[in-house]
Amino acid sequence: MNLATKDIRHNLGRFILTTVGVGMLLMVVMGMGGIYRGIIEDATLLIDTVGADLWIVQRNTRGPFAEVSRVPANLVHRTLAVPGAKTAREFVFHTIQRERGEIQRGQGKPIRIAVVGLSWPIDKGAWLPLVRGTPLSQNHYEMVADRTLGLSLGERVRLGKNSYTVVGITEGMISSSGDGLAFLTIADALDIQFDIPGEATRLEREARHTRGSLSDLGRAQPSITETAFKLPTEIAAIGPRQISAVMLTVLPGTSPDDVAAIISGWGDVSVYTADGQREFLLKGTVEKIRRQIGLFRVLLTIIAAVIMALILYTLTLDKLHDIALLKLIGAPNTRILGMILQQALILGMTGYGIAWVLGLKIFPMFPRRVILTGEDLMQLAAIVLAISVLSSILGIWKAMRVEPNEALTG
Amino acid sequence: MINAFAIETENLTKIYGSGNTEVVALQKTTIRIRRSEVVALLGPSGSGKSTFLTTVGLINAPTSGRIMIGGELIMDGTRALTDLPAFRRKHVGFVFQKSNLIPFLNARENVQIALELNGWTPRKARRRAIGLLDSLGVADRSEHFPTMLSGGQQQRVAVARALANEPNVILADEPTAALDSHRGRQVMQLFSEVAHAHGAAVIVVTHDQRSLDVFNTIYDMEDGVIRQGSLRQAHKHDDEASLR
Ligand SMILES: Nc1ncnc2c1ncn2[C@@H]1O[C@H](COP(=O)(O)OP(=O)(O)OP(=O)(O)O)[C@@H](O)[C@H]1O
Ligand SMILES: [Mg+2]
Repeated sequence: MNLATKDIRHNLGRFILTTVGVGMLLMVVMGMGGIYRGIIEDATLLIDTVGADLWIVQRNTRGPFAEVSRVPANLVHRTLAVPGAKTAREFVFHTIQRERGEIQRGQGKPIRIAVVGLSWPIDKGAWLPLVRGTPLSQNHYEMVADRTLGLSLGERVRLGKNSYTVVGITEGMISSSGDGLAFLTIADALDIQFDIPGEATRLEREARHTRGSLSDLGRAQPSITETAFKLPTEIAAIGPRQISAVMLTVLPGTSPDDVAAIISGWGDVSVYTADGQREFLLKGTVEKIRRQIGLFRVLLTIIAAVIMALILYTLTLDKLHDIALLKLIGAPNTRILGMILQQALILGMTGYGIAWVLGLKIFPMFPRRVILTGEDLMQLAAIVLAISVLSSILGIWKAMRVEPNEALTG
Repeated sequence: MINAFAIETENLTKIYGSGNTEVVALQKTTIRIRRSEVVALLGPSGSGKSTFLTTVGLINAPTSGRIMIGGELIMDGTRALTDLPAFRRKHVGFVFQKSNLIPFLNARENVQIALELNGWTPRKARRRAIGLLDSLGVADRSEHFPTMLSGGQQQRVAVARALANEPNVILADEPTAALDSHRGRQVMQLFSEVAHAHGAAVIVVTHDQRSLDVFNTIYDMEDGVIRQGSLRQAHKHDDEASLR
């Protein structure tokens, strides 16, 4: 006869309530782990999926994710000439925040978009995890958006002076700060980033013209100052477009480190491997939040242990008379220890099950990703097992000290 | 051991507390109870009856003296010479005034657990438990929890549990206090029958003067001292039950 289950059966309502409480507590512990995992996953997602071996960024910066990096677009051609380089792509990355009403039909809730420029035509976004639609098919006015942005396929979104049609929807493409990614061609991404209002352009042209006409060259040859009114790209000396970084893949059989060694000799850029970039994010941007959540998780685990210990202790206190009676009729200590331990394990494991089921239902509704990995779930299961055993110790200790003749009093 | 007494005590003494709060609940008691003997223990409140019972029942260690059960020395002073829980569950059956049953087990399970603790398989234990409850007239309540039973029914279940392992010693502390006189008498008679059927020694603490005829021997207790009963002469064996 199993005393543990008999006792639970007799106090079923109370036991269920207790288990649901423990379950919800464990769900929070589980969720904390999932949020922690989600933050790490999101932080490194783009680096992992974009498939670059080397990142070439502005000298002495840790860009383009951890901080702002500016390199000239023609750096692509320079890096492609390095022995061992296979492909070089431009990379543009910046985050914009708009009101929904500004960019689409709808109400004015803020929407944050992490804009990623793809190196058209080498990179059309074929590597993106599309759930609907297609990659980019033309070099302007198309975008692939993540589902979390809430944009629908075929929708036209106004960003800057142009509208962009959503041609593809990805899933789980999130920036390190949790914003949904939108993929456009480099040209479009830059247009959005450097969307200068007409008035600013007019003022700048006027200023340029004035500077020109005041210079010796402008005085000697007034027609040259007329170029000030042309588009920036048509002015020779204004220089190439600025992009965030260049992504390089190396030929098979070539070590990225060898290629990096050559590029690191250049005075204007710094070069990092994909692992290096991942480090920057994990050790830099998300480090504090990661530690914060990590500590919170430890704290919650301890609280869960304390609460479970108290529950098991009071469950045992309520049974002291029964335990004395069992001892009186000759039940050995091991039998009583077994009863309390089994109840602890049933409580812990049922609570864990409830946490898991609830978590699967609730976590997808969270604004940021909560990732439950098999490894984390196993780890938590082991922790719950340990907590169950540890927390029953107090109750067991109390039960062991009960004298059989206490059954006769009260 | 054929000739051995079921219960023998030698200068059994129990002192609670110390100094100012010292209470001598049991004073150098030497008593012998034979197999099949049914003993009543009378005495005023606080005289030490429960103390005697729990000490002999091995749930309350004596301060000094010896306890022998079935001719085997079990307690020598405060020292136990055997595994007491194991000995208890094989050889001693208890019935008390109240709070006798484990509340989260139903009537049948309360009896069954005592058997299972003694190594019975659940299936056999279950069958025997139902048989015992049947013989005590509470078979129809076997799946009821203690709170759903009347005082008398609870007491009969407790008796069934005490008898389950056919112990050599049955100790009952005011088992009929919660019962009307008719039911009380039935329980007393039951003890007597069991004593004779299984050769068990039975000690019953009681205040109930009306059922005393059921007993072989009557002892009076006062201030920790046990004396042969003077209220009335037990109707048999009284010369054999010895007291020093
Ligand atoms: N655990 C204890 N600690 C201290 N003193 C105790 C303890 N148990 C009993 N006593 C004392 O020992 C004496 C005998 O108590 P006991 O319970 O054996 O009496 P009793 O004859 O069973 O009384 P009643 O008829 O009221 O049940 C009493 O004076 C009591 O106060
Ligand atoms: Mg008493």
